Amino acid sequence: MSLSVENLRIAYRTLRGDVQAVDGVTFAVADREIMGLAGESGCGKSTLGNSLIFIEGRMKHVGGTVELDGKALPISDDRAMNHHRMRDVSIIPQYAMSALNPTKKVGTLAHDLLKSRGMKLAKVLPEFRRRVALVGLPENVLEMYPFELSGGMRQRATMVISTLLNPSLLIADEVTSALDVSNQRAVGELLTEFRDLGYVKSMIVITHDLSILAQIADTIMVMYAGKLTEKASASTMIDKPLHPYTQALLSSLPEVGVRYEDRELTGIPGRPPSLLSPPPGCRFRERCPFAYDKCVEDPPFMELLPGHQVACWKAADDVAGGAGREHNEASATPSGGAGDASPERGPSLGARAGKGAE
Amino acid sequence: MSGVDQAAPGGTTTARGASPTAVPLAGATAPAGARGGREAYDSGRRWEFLYFAVRNKKLLLGLGVEIIFVLAAIIGPYFAPYPAKEFVAAAALHPSSQHLLGTTYFGQDVFSLLLDSLRESYLVGFLGAAFAGLIGLAIGFVAGWRGGWLDEVLQTLTYIVVMIPSLVLLIVIGAYLKSHSAFFEGVFIGVTTWPWVARAVRAQTFTLRQRDFVDLARLSGKRGPAIVLKDIAPNMASYILLAFILLFGSSMLIAVNYDFLGLGPTNGISLGDMLNLAELWSGLQLHMWWWFIPPGAVMTLMVAALLVANVGLDEVFNPKLRET
Amino acid sequence: MLELDKVSKLYRSGTFGGDFKPALRQVSFDIDRGEVVSLIGESGSGKSTLGKIVLHLVPASGGRVSFEGADVMQKKGRELHEYYRQVQGVFQDPFSSYNPLYKADRVFEMVRQEYFRDMAKDAWQAKVETALETVTLNPADVLNKFPHQLSGGQQQRLLVARALLLDVRLLIADEIISMLDASTRVDVLNMLVSLKRRGLGILFITHDLSLGNYISDKTVILRHGAVVEMGETQKVFGNPQHRYTKSLLTAVPQLHKKWAPFDWSVNASAVPASNGSPTLAPSTPPGAGQPAEAKRYSKSSLSPLHGAKEEVGAARGTHAVRAGAVLAEDAPSGPRPSLMEMEGGRWQRRRRRATLTEVLAESAPPPLVECEPGHLVAIEK
Repeated sequence: MSLSVENLRIAYRTLRGDVQAVDGVTFAVADREIMGLAGESGCGKSTLGNSLIFIEGRMKHVGGTVELDGKALPISDDRAMNHHRMRDVSIIPQYAMSALNPTKKVGTLAHDLLKSRGMKLAKVLPEFRRRVALVGLPENVLEMYPFELSGGMRQRATMVISTLLNPSLLIADEVTSALDVSNQRAVGELLTEFRDLGYVKSMIVITHDLSILAQIADTIMVMYAGKLTEKASASTMIDKPLHPYTQALLSSLPEVGVRYEDRELTGIPGRPPSLLSPPPGCRFRERCPFAYDKCVEDPPFMELLPGHQVACWKAADDVAGGAGREHNEASATPSGGAGDASPERGPSLGARAGKGAE
Repeated sequence: MSGVDQAAPGGTTTARGASPTAVPLAGATAPAGARGGREAYDSGRRWEFLYFAVRNKKLLLGLGVEIIFVLAAIIGPYFAPYPAKEFVAAAALHPSSQHLLGTTYFGQDVFSLLLDSLRESYLVGFLGAAFAGLIGLAIGFVAGWRGGWLDEVLQTLTYIVVMIPSLVLLIVIGAYLKSHSAFFEGVFIGVTTWPWVARAVRAQTFTLRQRDFVDLARLSGKRGPAIVLKDIAPNMASYILLAFILLFGSSMLIAVNYDFLGLGPTNGISLGDMLNLAELWSGLQLHMWWWFIPPGAVMTLMVAALLVANVGLDEVFNPKLRET
Repeated sequence: MLELDKVSKLYRSGTFGGDFKPALRQVSFDIDRGEVVSLIGESGSGKSTLGKIVLHLVPASGGRVSFEGADVMQKKGRELHEYYRQVQGVFQDPFSSYNPLYKADRVFEMVRQEYFRDMAKDAWQAKVETALETVTLNPADVLNKFPHQLSGGQQQRLLVARALLLDVRLLIADEIISMLDASTRVDVLNMLVSLKRRGLGILFITHDLSLGNYISDKTVILRHGAVVEMGETQKVFGNPQHRYTKSLLTAVPQLHKKWAPFDWSVNASAVPASNGSPTLAPSTPPGAGQPAEAKRYSKSSLSPLHGAKEEVGAARGTHAVRAGAVLAEDAPSGPRPSLMEMEGGRWQRRRRRATLTEVLAESAPPPLVECEPGHLVAIEK
């Protein structure tokens, strides 16, 4: 088990009080696993990713433990973490491409970064050059300024730099979202390749784009309003999701080949609750078409099927009831099954949409 | 959905008028908690700025201090204990109940002098700032908005003005004018110090006009001048105010220089004159601190109060700053 | 309704603005009423520039844009004012579309001041509410709020509502949903569909093929400022002809299908900058700086790539070649050497700068041919 996170809670300090951005999250990432972490903006996915490597000033480690390769990771101790950064845990931050210091050459940036870890660039230079070539960057990229590189090139340069010391865990935060499709594919495939070549033992890929995860992730974990809602293998998650939120999210995605006149997709009405004082119970309750009285209780994140964890009372009932199993399979197949499911789901969603707009 | 509303804390009224805290999870987006109880005071846009203005301590403090000085400048001389320029007492008296700030080397009452000189320093500072500000804004806006050849012409003009040695010019003009007033001095300072305002305004206009909201204003049928005034200028309001404040201060300081060289107004007395007289007549060496510290302190306070007010105004104008 | 005829745009570049860089090369297509045309291209393809030209925000360097037969580029003053009554735009970044100092509904107020000065307050209020209803917004949620108090989806729908206040007949939607969350994206898309059903023509500019495919009747694929393929959406996506279109389609991440292997080496040859292929290369004159750039990059990049292929590529198959293809796509568009150019491995003084007309003429794209009715594709080598 490469990474295991136990009941992690991270809050943001604001003037209005603490915002529980990550609220009791427990999961594990195996060796050689690429885990996708998906969710809408504001769900806490980036906070979770960042907290594993750098708890910045506004963030607060409220509770929970993190273990990497069997050893505890002192995430709330900035000093102690310094030893682990880049060596054991590394990150490709969101907006890394635009965050590069424009007045420094790529090589200088790498040099500075390594120096802060007590390493010399010269030592790893041959390996650096090899990897630069591998990702298809020109050899003289070390001599270039960030503005001389396009978005895709910059993203690959940051990838190479942040994985130079072969970390156990790489956190890739929205690395594909600002890229064009061909670069998305290239970067996505490079991520799996880095894993295959052993540059990185395991990876958490944070994105709002489920279709990218369908391509590169082994497992997918979905977050909603600071909590985990569902975790399963990528194929199960895409084809047989159990949580209503995942189902709704998947059925709202336009895919190539889907046209409005053939199949009109629907979004999810409403907004996530404020994390300043989240309502008790299931946090998706307000937007959930299946919500019922039991949902006022907080659903635990339980393993309903082997390797498939869900935090939903209804999913639990369905799975336990067995009969609900078929129903879930039918409604969960977005391309073919949505038509079948819509008689049951469509009206309720529609009614909610109407309510939201009034 | 009403449950979402209730959960959002913005709906409850708070002392600060429900400035909703953007939950800092999504970076720029404020997904929840963005429903405010602003309706209470919302009867118009102008009132809204006022609403925040009267609740901003920095602005109130800065403005308060400034208003005291302005009042002192306007009505002070009428209440001055002694006629400002008359030699009313013994020389170099320490501050006392008779002479609040003592007397000068010549026996003038420093407090009365101070009240009198405030007025002239303000006048020169204001005129200098106003002229420099107006010229700089006009040229900066036109150059930045229109661009092209007009921009190049105006840029050239700006550089020419930068290169003119204003002191030499003033000496030449002074040779032809028998006497000149504080008004002349203020205008002269304004006409020679606008270039840096123009350049900064031009650069900001350049950046702002590429923003989407400027395009949107154009799509709404707005013409250039209206867009510059309504969309671009307000976004620079705090900068313009800051520039005005700096010009104000620098005009007063430049005036001190001119006064020192005998190029200043031929009548009246300013804070600069006081400082210079104190310097010329060895106020420093004679440890007559009450002669030179008050005018220096007053000038510092006047400028500092304006700067504090400026920071406060920035918070009032920029809704995002209000929240932190 | 809207016709584009060989619209070109050259940007000045280089140290003293003496060079021209083609951003659009003779783009022609048209939009009818009730028709959604999606303009698809990657960053730097010139798609946003085209939208701005149609909106008369950026002047074109050549060609003609006409709306209902009248030349758009000649419009000014009163005529332009009337043009904006019928043609409106919504931009990519909702946060930047609002002046942060004013309330969000000022965008309505501006329209009122310019176009409905005489309308009574009640009538105006009713009109605003109707427009908001059309974009499925609740007036109480969005009126009297500052932009940062609204979600991205609300902001974008508010901007569409603003356009609907006018007698808008053509809407330029420039990447309007790329910054929205997945769960609200579809709502904005569906709203555009309902507008289209009411007879609105929409130019839907996007880099996302699945969004374009979902909503549009016609698709125009733009690359390096030129049309490579266009036609009815189902034909273009169902039966793509151009290698570039195919490569884009294979790169789109899908939920239920893994990325299909794609022969990236084929694509590499279709990259003008990488090998100067005679048909597809823009064959820009020395002035445009493109060839110099290409040389610089192919020289420095291809040799290590081959090395890399020998070294590590054995295990990874076509990886290095693929990366090379992407690299060539990536030729940065930053400052280029303008007074000097690489020649024979040495920096040489350039002979002469090209004139605007020369660049316009020489940057002509390959011609389009009809491969089936309603489906045009650029000839490629």
